[in-house]
Amino acid sequence: MADLRIKFAGIESPNPFWLASAPPTNSGAQIHKAFEAGWGGAVWKTIGPPVLNVSNRYGAWHYGGQKMLAINNVELISDRPLEKNLREIRDLKRAWPDRAVIVSAMVESKPEAWHTIVRQIEDTGADGIELNYGCPHGMSERGMGSAVGQVPEYCEQITSWVKAVAKIPVIVKLTPNITNIVVPAQAALRAGADALSLINTINSIVAVDLDTLELVPSIGGKGGHGGYAGPAVKPIALNMLAALGSDSVVGSSGKPISGMGGISTWQDAAEFLLLGASSLQVCTAAMHYGYRIVEDMIDGLSNWMDSKGFASIYDIRGKSLQRVSEFQHFDLSFKAVARIDQERCIKCNLCYVACNDTAHQCIDLLDSGGKVVAPYAWAVTLNGKQEAISSRPQPVVREHDCVGCRLCYNVCPVEKCIEMVEVPSGRESVTWSEVVRDHCAVTEDWEAMKTYRDAHGIEIH
Amino acid sequence: MKIAEELPPLSSHEAVVEANRCLFCYDAPCAQACPTHIDIPRFIKKISTANLTGSARTIFDSNLLGATCARVCPVQELCEGACVLGAEHKPIAIGRLQRYAMDYAAAKAMLPFRPGPARGSRVAVIGAGPAGLSCAGELARRGHAVTVFEKRALGGGLSTYGIIALREPVEVALAEVRMIERLGVEVKTGVEVGREILTAGFDAIFVSTGLGATPLLGIPGEEWIADGLDYISRSKLHPDELEPGRNVLVIGAGNTAIDCATIAKRLGSERVTMVYRRTEKEMTAYEHEYSFVKNEGVGFEFLAQPVRVIVAAGEVTALECLRTELTPHPVPVPGSEFLLPADQIIKAVGQERPSLASVLGLSTERGLIAVDKNLETNIPGVFAGGDCIRIKGAASTVMAVQDGKLAAAAIHEKVTAHG
Repeated sequence: MADLRIKFAGIESPNPFWLASAPPTNSGAQIHKAFEAGWGGAVWKTIGPPVLNVSNRYGAWHYGGQKMLAINNVELISDRPLEKNLREIRDLKRAWPDRAVIVSAMVESKPEAWHTIVRQIEDTGADGIELNYGCPHGMSERGMGSAVGQVPEYCEQITSWVKAVAKIPVIVKLTPNITNIVVPAQAALRAGADALSLINTINSIVAVDLDTLELVPSIGGKGGHGGYAGPAVKPIALNMLAALGSDSVVGSSGKPISGMGGISTWQDAAEFLLLGASSLQVCTAAMHYGYRIVEDMIDGLSNWMDSKGFASIYDIRGKSLQRVSEFQHFDLSFKAVARIDQERCIKCNLCYVACNDTAHQCIDLLDSGGKVVAPYAWAVTLNGKQEAISSRPQPVVREHDCVGCRLCYNVCPVEKCIEMVEVPSGRESVTWSEVVRDHCAVTEDWEAMKTYRDAHGIEIH
Repeated sequence: MKIAEELPPLSSHEAVVEANRCLFCYDAPCAQACPTHIDIPRFIKKISTANLTGSARTIFDSNLLGATCARVCPVQELCEGACVLGAEHKPIAIGRLQRYAMDYAAAKAMLPFRPGPARGSRVAVIGAGPAGLSCAGELARRGHAVTVFEKRALGGGLSTYGIIALREPVEVALAEVRMIERLGVEVKTGVEVGREILTAGFDAIFVSTGLGATPLLGIPGEEWIADGLDYISRSKLHPDELEPGRNVLVIGAGNTAIDCATIAKRLGSERVTMVYRRTEKEMTAYEHEYSFVKNEGVGFEFLAQPVRVIVAAGEVTALECLRTELTPHPVPVPGSEFLLPADQIIKAVGQERPSLASVLGLSTERGLIAVDKNLETNIPGVFAGGDCIRIKGAASTVMAVQDGKLAAAAIHEKVTAHG
């Protein structure tokens, strides 16, 4: 059995799965239930100044029959009285000493305000503080949330106010609504942050209602941008996580990162761990299916780790970061081509139309005699299932012309039907940066490029 | 007793879930397998995007009688049989999705298209069944004035009179007739045409009369046997007048015979047995129809040839049969007489050849009207389609729709070339 325990900036947790600061962590009663379901920790929904909420808070993006590929919200920080939150945090931590209880906070940008809230949180016995520099709606209009996260100087300033008084670990939560995530991350670390977490929600308008022409969600006829989260944001989160891990300053700081953004399954979780996270936060998946989802996250991650021979979370943390590179360092001579397994192929022709309409026109339809036939070439006078099945042509890749774009692989509905097969290109391994170094004219002159290609046997289709 | 449609309509949730399951194949085999070549992935995709108007139009574009075909097509042998998901998974429920889109069109009283501007040409269609209606609608689309002559009191042909209500309620067929009328087509019912139609000034004529009555068995007491097609039409139009027997025999084993047996069972007959000269291997009914009727609790008496109806005190009491042997033709075994007790006997042993052919002087082939590849008969300007040129089991409806469509294109070509 793999050891899923983590020690994150000194905070111990029986597994890396924490509920993110959000509606699922709004109250003590909820988190009691979550801990009973097995969550290793919870980041209490952001506490701070008084607010009032609206109704119709959540919009969602549904696609192809799948509900809630993403959620978007205009809910503010906790609207429950501060005292009530603090009392429940204290009770929760007493009841669950082995779980990580972290409190998210956001107050006015004044040192006294931050000092006060830090002390109040520490009095509850909570394990850590997460600074919410990410909330993109509502609070940012009051100069908090992403209004802080988007300005590295503010981020550094406030973090240093907090660090000046905090005795428990301080996690800075970053907003993705910024050009380069590394800049505010470095700012937080300069101010002494003990850990980082990312991503907060992304600015979004999730939909327009085609009956009423109002935005979704509509708040009495009005709407606005809200924070976007859920499975659809995972690739964005992974990229930002990898950017931090790959950055020399952040990566070598040794400060742990709590990863979040669309984690719905143990597979998602493993990917975040491989790209450098050591604690994982979840919100949308729990909002969709309830706290029970943590059971398979723990079970699946543990089984996968066992099957791969990983003993602890720290065996996998950041293990794929070494694979993160840049285009200029990719091997231009690496060649892969698509191959369609004719036994598995169901002849839906999705690969054919994708390749021929939108990619590189290297899949043909072959009849039973191996002759290329055009689509829709069948006789309109014939019909019936036997005719349709027996005359159906087979899509086949012309490997010589295949550029290895992998679009067909992605559209194929049958598992393991299309495989990308590595084939020898017959060329020495070379990267773009090496080409530029040795043949600098190719970057500006098409003739020089042609000379280079001819010399190295590179054909363009 | 009114018999309800066997399958309920899909709910909108069911339809969208099923539509989303469709892979949206390119040059899809379902569309190739469909005799009218409906662009099936296209209409299904439109269901998934809640574009039901577009979905219905996509169907109408290839098949004006999509509502009937959605219900009566042997989809296992056609579109669904060819679905790429069929081999390892469950094929998409194409028939039911088509019905979903067609129900929407009917509820909105949608027109498939706007009739074309009048060209001054006149075309006669003889027979208001699927072939005739399809041809009439397609001609209206191209701006021809069309008059449909129908012998019976209602349009719709077999959709109205011959398809059991379990598969297609009569209202669906009649709604299709009304839709064709709303395209500007004149449908004259209760009119039997003769030779005079040839000189009535029409630019072209389309013959779609279907087939005739059930042929005689030529056995004593045959007058006590009910005609299968008549039995079905009464079950649809006058179900209250139909008195189901307690012990019913159905002679024949084609799809119509199966329909008769199904109806008898649904109307409450205690025992229904199908009597057939051959065995289940030679049955002309589709396999799914055969297994359906077995599940309905219908029994079978194979290798039995009816020879006499036994009547006592003015009531049918039994059917006398001879055992047959297959050689491979069924040959009665002398002295093998046996009685099948019955109080109601129905025959469904095919239909007679179209009688209008000889009236109009049309060449025939094995009794069916002979046509060339454009569906034109030996008389120039007279075209024919549907069951009167071809009998093809339960697929006859959709084949007839395609005939009407192709004939309309050929008629248009011919009429406009003259103009």
